[in-house]
Amino acid sequence: MTTFTLNGKTLSAEVPDDMPLLWVIRETANLTGTKFGCGIGLCGACTVHVEGRATRSCITPVSLVAGAAITTIEGLSSDNSHPLQKAWVACQVPQCGYCQSGQIMQAAAMLKDIAQPSDADIDGVMSGNLCRCMAYVRIRRAIKIAALELHAGVAAPGAIDLPAAPPAVEADPHA
Amino acid sequence: MAAIRKRVMALGVVLACVVLAMAGFTIFAWRSEIAPVATPAAASFDSAIVARGAKLAAAGFCLGCHTGPQGKAYAGGLPLVTAFGTVYSTNITPDPGTGIGNWSLQAFDRAMHQGVARDGSHLFPAFPYDHFTKVSDDDVRAIYAYLMTQPAVSQAPTPDTLPFPLNVRLLQAGWKLLFFKEGRFQTTADQDAEWNRGAYLADGLSHCSACHSPRNALGAEKTGIDARFAGADIDGWFAPALTAANTSPVPWSARELHDYLRDGGTAYHGVAAGPMSEVVHQGYALLDDGDVRAVAAYIASINGSADRKADVRQIVGDELAKSRYDTRQSNDHGANIYTAACAACHYNPTSGAQRLRPELGLKSSIGAADPTNLVQVIVHGIGVKDGLAGLMMPAFGAGLSDDDIAAVANYLRTSRTTLPPWSNVPAVVARVRSGKAT
Repeated sequence: MTTFTLNGKTLSAEVPDDMPLLWVIRETANLTGTKFGCGIGLCGACTVHVEGRATRSCITPVSLVAGAAITTIEGLSSDNSHPLQKAWVACQVPQCGYCQSGQIMQAAAMLKDIAQPSDADIDGVMSGNLCRCMAYVRIRRAIKIAALELHAGVAAPGAIDLPAAPPAVEADPHA
Repeated sequence: MAAIRKRVMALGVVLACVVLAMAGFTIFAWRSEIAPVATPAAASFDSAIVARGAKLAAAGFCLGCHTGPQGKAYAGGLPLVTAFGTVYSTNITPDPGTGIGNWSLQAFDRAMHQGVARDGSHLFPAFPYDHFTKVSDDDVRAIYAYLMTQPAVSQAPTPDTLPFPLNVRLLQAGWKLLFFKEGRFQTTADQDAEWNRGAYLADGLSHCSACHSPRNALGAEKTGIDARFAGADIDGWFAPALTAANTSPVPWSARELHDYLRDGGTAYHGVAAGPMSEVVHQGYALLDDGDVRAVAAYIASINGSADRKADVRQIVGDELAKSRYDTRQSNDHGANIYTAACAACHYNPTSGAQRLRPELGLKSSIGAADPTNLVQVIVHGIGVKDGLAGLMMPAFGAGLSDDDIAAVANYLRTSRTTLPPWSNVPAVVARVRSGKAT
């Protein structure tokens, strides 16, 4: 049996030690916001927070998180009011939406370490979160908007100037 | 006839010598039983001495070895896999039947200082009496008081699997003759009190060199100047060198050692994983800070860090620059695995290396001659209870193939150091996956 805290509530799971944390979250706790993607820690869809840091739950044996505080997308805020969630809506980021809980959880952890991430920061930290709909441009914009709100304490993303969207076609250096 | 008689006589002399030698050895090796006593009542021990004993027991990591997998504390049963066979740790709870409940202080003292059990049998050196012999009589008394006030657990010892004649305990006297010298710790006059306290703990109770020094063919620690603390294989991991041969880029200063032993990791060094995890989390985390400081000062004096003129800011800056994001598609499979699997956690802002975002180029495992420790961490991850408190790493062995792990290990090796790639990673991965020690 492994006991840990899931979104603020204590959970004691009578499961084998090597069961992936993702299974426990989805099948034991019935929180299905966290998705199963590749199952080998290479796509980011299953990202949750372990003690505040983004972690791939599909390859995390549940025994490794005994006693830890786990947060899933359902626990990121009580009313979908995390700046990233608001920016996600404002920018209409998702297309199919399958990767977005992982994207948001990864970005939320990054913003604790890097308050105002550059494009290189976002690419570097978020390259392990795949989006097969190619919504990367909107993901970047939403992260920057959320960073501004977190950093400046601005209430609503609508109230601030959005960073300029990248040009549709990059300038050709040889032109 | 005369020739035959001569031969018979010669044989008789040889036999007599053998018998005499065996008798002599038996007399030399024989230890008498110390009479059993009624289990002393827990209330008969002074609580201040028991509390002191608890800390000393933590400094000796008694719990780690004397507790079996998922077993009760101090009830024994942990398999210690050696080159000679498997030895199982014994029950040291105050249970009179299966533990040490009928051991007097005198019997316990003899076990600690001479490696002899209450019944007179020689203990195997898997129990590090070669270190515990340095522990003061007073400290042994406190540890006895602590153990005798723990809950008694009735659990019979698991039989060892040593083959004949290694299982003949009387012969252990021969090992002792070769490699064991009884004697309490002696202070070194030209060192200060802190250093001496550190040496007393590190070489005595904490038996650091039991893991961090290589052993000879008969299982005794090598003590030569080049061998002592030079690092050694232990339980499927590699206990790194505690000497100047250590491969971490930032020197192990007394302060770094203190923080590592206290917390299980620092920003500039790796985390306490594998067998080192319990050394920190069941051991040094419970000690008085002065004792941790003393051991750190002693170990720092061994590795010569004070003489290394290292610019830590420069070293860390260089490593941060090496790990700066490179998200371009690469022909290097390892680089692509790193970007997808590792970079989501192992990132740092340009301002510096964070404690909870391990900057991999600073870790001794990347520069080590053998990839064992890096592979252990990649395959099995690190639980929240190991390493730094709260920090965990998933078990990438569940997702990555042996070739993937070899590629990412060598990507780290070649991008963070100037050393040649490891050639044996797949074999190490296979060994680590199998759970075998060597």
